[in-house]
Amino acid sequence: MNDSFIQIKQISKHFGNVKAVDDVSFQIKEGEFFSLLGPSGCGKTTLLRLLAGFEYPTSGNLLLDGIDITALPPDKRPTNMVFQNYAIFPHINVEKNVQFGLRKLGLTNEEIYKRVKDVLTLVKLEGYEERFSSQLSGGQRQRVALARALVRQPKVLLLDEPLGALDKKLRDEMQLELRTLQKEIGITFVFVTHDQQEAISMSDRVAVMSEGKIQQMSSPNELYKNPQNIFVSDFIGETNFLQASTKSKEGEFINVVIEELGEFKIQNNLNISENSSEVTCSIRPETMMIDTVKSDWDICLEGEIKQTSYLGEMTKFYVKTKEIEKIITVSSQYFDNQSFRDNKCFISINLNDISLLYKK
Amino acid sequence: MEQKNNPLLVYTLLYFAFLYIPVLFLPIFSFNDANYMSFPLSGFTTEHYEEMWSKRNLHNALWASIKVGVVASVVSTTIALFAAKAFARYKFRGQNISYGAIMMPFLIPEIILAVSILIIWLSLGFKLGLVPVTIGHILFCTPFAMLILIARIEGFDFSLEEASRDLGENAWGTFYRVSLPLYLPGIIASLLLSFIISFDEFVLAFFLTGSDATLPMYMWAQMRFIQKLPHVLALGAVIIVFTTFIVLLAFWLRNLGQGKEKTEFGINIHE
Repeated sequence: MNDSFIQIKQISKHFGNVKAVDDVSFQIKEGEFFSLLGPSGCGKTTLLRLLAGFEYPTSGNLLLDGIDITALPPDKRPTNMVFQNYAIFPHINVEKNVQFGLRKLGLTNEEIYKRVKDVLTLVKLEGYEERFSSQLSGGQRQRVALARALVRQPKVLLLDEPLGALDKKLRDEMQLELRTLQKEIGITFVFVTHDQQEAISMSDRVAVMSEGKIQQMSSPNELYKNPQNIFVSDFIGETNFLQASTKSKEGEFINVVIEELGEFKIQNNLNISENSSEVTCSIRPETMMIDTVKSDWDICLEGEIKQTSYLGEMTKFYVKTKEIEKIITVSSQYFDNQSFRDNKCFISINLNDISLLYKK
Repeated sequence: MEQKNNPLLVYTLLYFAFLYIPVLFLPIFSFNDANYMSFPLSGFTTEHYEEMWSKRNLHNALWASIKVGVVASVVSTTIALFAAKAFARYKFRGQNISYGAIMMPFLIPEIILAVSILIIWLSLGFKLGLVPVTIGHILFCTPFAMLILIARIEGFDFSLEEASRDLGENAWGTFYRVSLPLYLPGIIASLLLSFIISFDEFVLAFFLTGSDATLPMYMWAQMRFIQKLPHVLALGAVIIVFTTFIVLLAFWLRNLGQGKEKTEFGINIHE
């Protein structure tokens, strides 16, 4: 597999004074499910449109499979796109939609027929050939869009928030299906989404974007476990931030003063320098333990439950302690209203679960 | 509830009466067996219609109007289509000014437009005839065509065009396979309305025709002789029916496929 299948080299795209994409460089591997994740306006869609050829970069180069595609129009690129609103042609039926992109490939009628049939089977739309877009559900339209793009056998499939318009249950199903499909056909997927759960559950690698720049690019697990900065940590799931500054290093560990809690020796995964105040600590809600009694964990704080919200598989607690104004924690253990007398509780934290990261 | 609306209903009926009763006199008198437009009616006849068909000059005028109308509607709709696409699709510097410039003939008094074209045409050393009339009609019809086409193209999902480019079609293929079929109801509506506007137009024709009369010019010429009035009434009645039909067709087409539930509509020009 080619590790630099797609090469994005110092790409910038400005719209007037707005730097939608700001000097971004990275590579996407062949056959990879790659996600661009970020809030709206972070530049992820612009980057995808640059790859598709709907926009041309202000500066920088794009290489696909070793070929410079920077200046190629969309119809000359070996990429195909699944649009956010699916963009199914309303005046022709499903079969003609899927055939649309085959006209210029120089295939015989039998080949066209076979390709269309195969791809419709692949996306489970057999029997829908004669339907028009207006006669399809959101999920079916999405499959047509997918079939229409895949039938051209592109080198890269670009997906622009394709699941955004579907309801939650269907979205979860489609996530699994897309992932399976991608493994099956082995085409490189570049997937744009603002939904961190979606990106994490489907991707081989995720690039988190903000303000036109890549904040962090890594595997979903790495992203969750070792976020580089506040933005990533906050965007990927919920977390508690605590003010901190570093002291001296000790091998893989570093001494940290957490403003609210005192001085601790914790793991230094990001290899942060000594005596820095440009850092913060993050503790994920699910790593903490909430209980009615004290524990022997590294840190145990007595607190008062301010609010709870029951989420079904778990309960979320908003806790105030003497040291910290607001801690968010979750527990899958069932507590009812009576469990905590006077809302009194104990929050336990292990030092292993405190991660140190950059503010910016 | 019904009672409350009565004054409005009366107003509406009066309004329509004011608009259409004078027009209805034409067909009524066109079947009247007399040379004068006056009550009481003296008898039913179709002889004015027979007389109408026998006029050679009328045939020539009709043919002239059709030629002018077809060229003017095709050219103005083409110009308007490109312009409307640009206005609806892109934001560019000078957009409002160029929009205003295209719409201007709508507001300039027709007689001024006619005189201006006349002066320029003659000073360039050309002869009057159907060519300057056609040019004038193109100017005059383009704003109407623009209004119809902008209404059609605005709200058009331009990601359809991007999808087509993405699927390997170049700009022309995209226009032919995606945009054109989806704009087609609007284009046909624009062609029909432009044709009717040109077909009915008098002032420009009056100044610019020279010896080849268009239909309105022919009618005007006939009106000077009282004994020729009846067949002009017959002609007028035919034109009213024809115009009404075309306008209704145009409006029906313009609205076609605009509603969400009707989005499957479109004319597949590849079939």
